[in-house]
Amino acid sequence: MNGPFDFTLALGDDALVAAQRLGEWATRAPEMEEDIALANIALDQLGAARLLLSYAGELEGAGRDEDALAFLRDDREFRNCLLVELPNGDFAVTMVKLLLLSAYQVPLYTALAGCADERLAAIGAKARKESAYHLDHSALWVKRLGDGTDESHRRAQAAVDQLWPYHHELFTADPAAPVDPAALRADFDAVVSPVLAEATLTRPADGWKPGGGRAGVHTEHLSFLLAEMQVLHRAHPGAQW
Amino acid sequence: MSEQRETPQGPVTSPLWEVFVRPRRGLSHTHVGSLHAPDAELALRNARDLYTRRQEGVSIWVVPAGAITASSPDEKDAFFDPAADKVYRHPTFYEVPDGVAHL
Repeated sequence: MNGPFDFTLALGDDALVAAQRLGEWATRAPEMEEDIALANIALDQLGAARLLLSYAGELEGAGRDEDALAFLRDDREFRNCLLVELPNGDFAVTMVKLLLLSAYQVPLYTALAGCADERLAAIGAKARKESAYHLDHSALWVKRLGDGTDESHRRAQAAVDQLWPYHHELFTADPAAPVDPAALRADFDAVVSPVLAEATLTRPADGWKPGGGRAGVHTEHLSFLLAEMQVLHRAHPGAQW
Repeated sequence: MSEQRETPQGPVTSPLWEVFVRPRRGLSHTHVGSLHAPDAELALRNARDLYTRRQEGVSIWVVPAGAITASSPDEKDAFFDPAADKVYRHPTFYEVPDGVAHL
C-alpha cells in the first residue's frame, strides 16, 4: 500500500466485503434475534464502506464514486484482506471471523479518529462506536460457543484454527499509511487473548501467514462473491437506482 | 451454560425472556415484548437491539419467562371485580366527623 487512496480503498473494501458476507446470513441465522443482530452489523459495515469508498473516489480524482468502485472493479483490483472474503461456514466460523475483524477495526478506527486527515478522522470517530458493538457481540458468542457444549467447543476451536492464519495480514507494517496497521497488534492481542482464554479455546501457533489481499491477490472465493454482488450493475451499466 | 436441549422436533431454541424497558424520560419499566436468548447477558444485548435501538439513558430489565407467575384468566372476576355493589367498601360510605383534620 502507498498513499491515502490505497489505504482508504483497502479499509472500504474490508467493510464492503464483510457486509456482503454478513448479508448472506439474512433469514438463515440460528434465531430471529441473531438474524437482526447480523443484519444490523452488516448495515454498519456497509455504512462504513460507503463513507470510505466515497472518500477514496475523491482522493483518486478520476470520477469514480462509491458505486463505480464497488461494482466496476474485478477481484484483482479489490484491496480487502483475505479474512473477510472467506466463506461464512457455520455460525462459529462467522463469529470468530467477526471477532478477529472487529478486534482489528476497533483500534484501527480509534487511531484513525485522531489522525491528521479530517475526513478519515470523522469516519473513524463514527465507525469505532459501531465496531465496538460488533466486537462485544462476537466476543459474547465466541465465549458461549467455546465454553458451551462439546460440539460447540469443537466447532469454535475448528473455526479459530481455520481463521487464525489470516489475521496476520491485517497487521502488515505500512509506515506511510495514516495509521500503521503494525501498531494495532498489541491492542488486538489485548482483546482477543482474554476472549479465547475465557472461551476455553486454544490460540493456535503462528505458522502459515497467507497474505496478498492488499495487493489484489485473493483466494478463489472473492471472484464468486463479486460475480453475485456485481451482476446487475454489470448487466445494466450506467443505470440509475 | 444455558438450559438447551436437543429435541426430536427440530432445532433447539434458546429460552424465552420477557423484556421491560424504561424510556429515557419514563417513570417506570413497561413490558415491551419477549425474545429468545441463551442467557441473561445476551438477552440484554438482544433487547437493546430489538426494543431500544441502542439509545442511551434507557433501563432494560430481562426476566426468564418461566420466572413470571401470571394471574389466571379464569379467576378474573374474583381478582378484579371491584365489588361495586357493596357500598360500605367505598371510602365515601362513611361520614367523616367534623373536626377531624387532615383526612
